[in-house]
Amino acid sequence: MIMEEKTIMNTNLSVQHILAVLPHPDDESFVAAGTLAKYIAEGAQVTFACLTLGEMGRNMGIPPFANRVTLPAIRKVELEDSCRAIGIQDLRMLGFHDKMIEFEDRELLDGAIMALLQELNPDIVITFYPGYSVHPDHDATGAAVVRTIGQLAEEERPVVLCSAFSSNHEQMIGRADVTVDVTAFLASKMASIQAHRSQFQAAELVGNRVLTQEEIISRYGTEQFWTYRFS
Amino acid sequence: MQLIEPHHIQSRINELSGQDLYLHLELTTGAYANHLDSSRHPASAFISNAVIRYTQGSISGTGPYRVGLKTGQGWIYAEGLTHIDELDTKRLILAGHDSMGKLVVALQLSLEAF
Repeated sequence: MIMEEKTIMNTNLSVQHILAVLPHPDDESFVAAGTLAKYIAEGAQVTFACLTLGEMGRNMGIPPFANRVTLPAIRKVELEDSCRAIGIQDLRMLGFHDKMIEFEDRELLDGAIMALLQELNPDIVITFYPGYSVHPDHDATGAAVVRTIGQLAEEERPVVLCSAFSSNHEQMIGRADVTVDVTAFLASKMASIQAHRSQFQAAELVGNRVLTQEEIISRYGTEQFWTYRFS
Repeated sequence: MQLIEPHHIQSRINELSGQDLYLHLELTTGAYANHLDSSRHPASAFISNAVIRYTQGSISGTGPYRVGLKTGQGWIYAEGLTHIDELDTKRLILAGHDSMGKLVVALQLSLEAF
């Protein structure tokens, strides 16, 4: 654990429940698998609210074994396997349509997130940083989470940790204030990534060859988050 | 998914002609196109469960293949098709995958909604 994480620790927050709100199966693997596995090992409960089944994804396996019709059922099983690999105790598949989050009825979307917040009362919510997360679904999910939590009284708000990776993100929002060393949890993280069998061999994700341990550590050994500041 | 055999596709197209069908038609560069290569223009479109009926249709080209379907008042067209789901005998599930294996185009026809 690196110094910056003290921003959470300084509040004497004992992390009992984490809620991850992300739009696609495999977002959990690349964004937060190590951090979630670490907190779970320390006794936390994790709920992953996955907004869609990634049914509009372009990766269908290499060579392709899925298509538009079969992809959602395949990705649902991959998602369940990934959650088992991380140790996530509670997976909620919210049933929104992939690629359409930014066009979704806001009342419906925000209402689903608010219902989870009220039911679970999480200490930490993990999502994407709105505006700096490349995929329109990522940005729209982060925006919905921030919008919904912003409606809560200040003292009731969980800590919101955002992932960001657009090419201009550091220029706009500075460096991450939470850096988590997840090297001790890389076995779980890689199993989570590889559970997404139709996805992970894509060149921009893991690629088609076996990585060395050094490559795994350098690519996946650290997870970074920006604490969202409500102003 | 299997590589397209045009003769086989042509007979499937013939079987489905003259009936109300549900169409899924999609073309996509993917949402990451511009993030991964700033010279690329990201563009995608899809329509799902549009009800259509065609009077004639055919597959052409030497691969990747083109399919054109003539409807009552217009056309449906897809280029770049490479694969078919041969296990799906009721619906015609055609897709085009690029050299990286990613889906670029999809043309799907079914008697029931997708």
